[in-house]
Amino acid sequence: MAKVLLFGRLSDIAGWRERALDPLPATLSALRAALCAEDAGLAQALAAPGVQVALDQVLVRGDAPLTSRSEVAFLPAMSGG
Amino acid sequence: MITLTPDPFDPGALLSAFAAGRAETGAIATFTGLARAEQGQTTTLELEAYPGFTEAQIGIMAEDARDRFGLDDVQIVHRVGQITPGEAIVFVATAAAHRRSAFEACDFLMDYLKSRAPFWKKETGPDGTARWIEPRPQDHADITRWETK
Repeated sequence: MAKVLLFGRLSDIAGWRERALDPLPATLSALRAALCAEDAGLAQALAAPGVQVALDQVLVRGDAPLTSRSEVAFLPAMSGG
Repeated sequence: MITLTPDPFDPGALLSAFAAGRAETGAIATFTGLARAEQGQTTTLELEAYPGFTEAQIGIMAEDARDRFGLDDVQIVHRVGQITPGEAIVFVATAAAHRRSAFEACDFLMDYLKSRAPFWKKETGPDGTARWIEPRPQDHADITRWETK
């Protein structure tokens, strides 16, 4: 089952950290649109500077198709250690 | 070797193990970072990582440091989860034939770790309020020191 992960302040704002993608959105942009439609606070946080997206643990820019085994992570600006 | 651990670690023991059994290494530099109390304003520090991704990203920088400074070896241990002020939060060890490479590689890796490594850091104060921390302007300035070299 595909899943989506939120890190840092994104998970605080949304109130969840990990969620199974069921039904599966066809693309990253469709996933983002669905998340934004259900949570205005998360939508605003995802639009903040420095937010990056990793698909299967690799940073991606732009859109990409999702499969039933995809792992999508939304990463807010990294703080360093 | 890159390790993330939720448990406290002993920097001295890590150094002893790292230094053992080396015939050609002439220099080892280490850095140990401790969690600060910030005059009592921070009671706990929580560091979140993305398991797998965080190690891989740090590993890319460790390989870069190996090539750039001609290191024999490098080790990075980083805490994740809840950290109490005074505890070690990060340990970096670099091994090289000569001291300059070891010092510089250690400095470079710490500048990277403090500014760009994939961690998300939250501080909780004595009144229970938590805030997410971002790198200081100085941290960003520190990493740019290495860009023209």
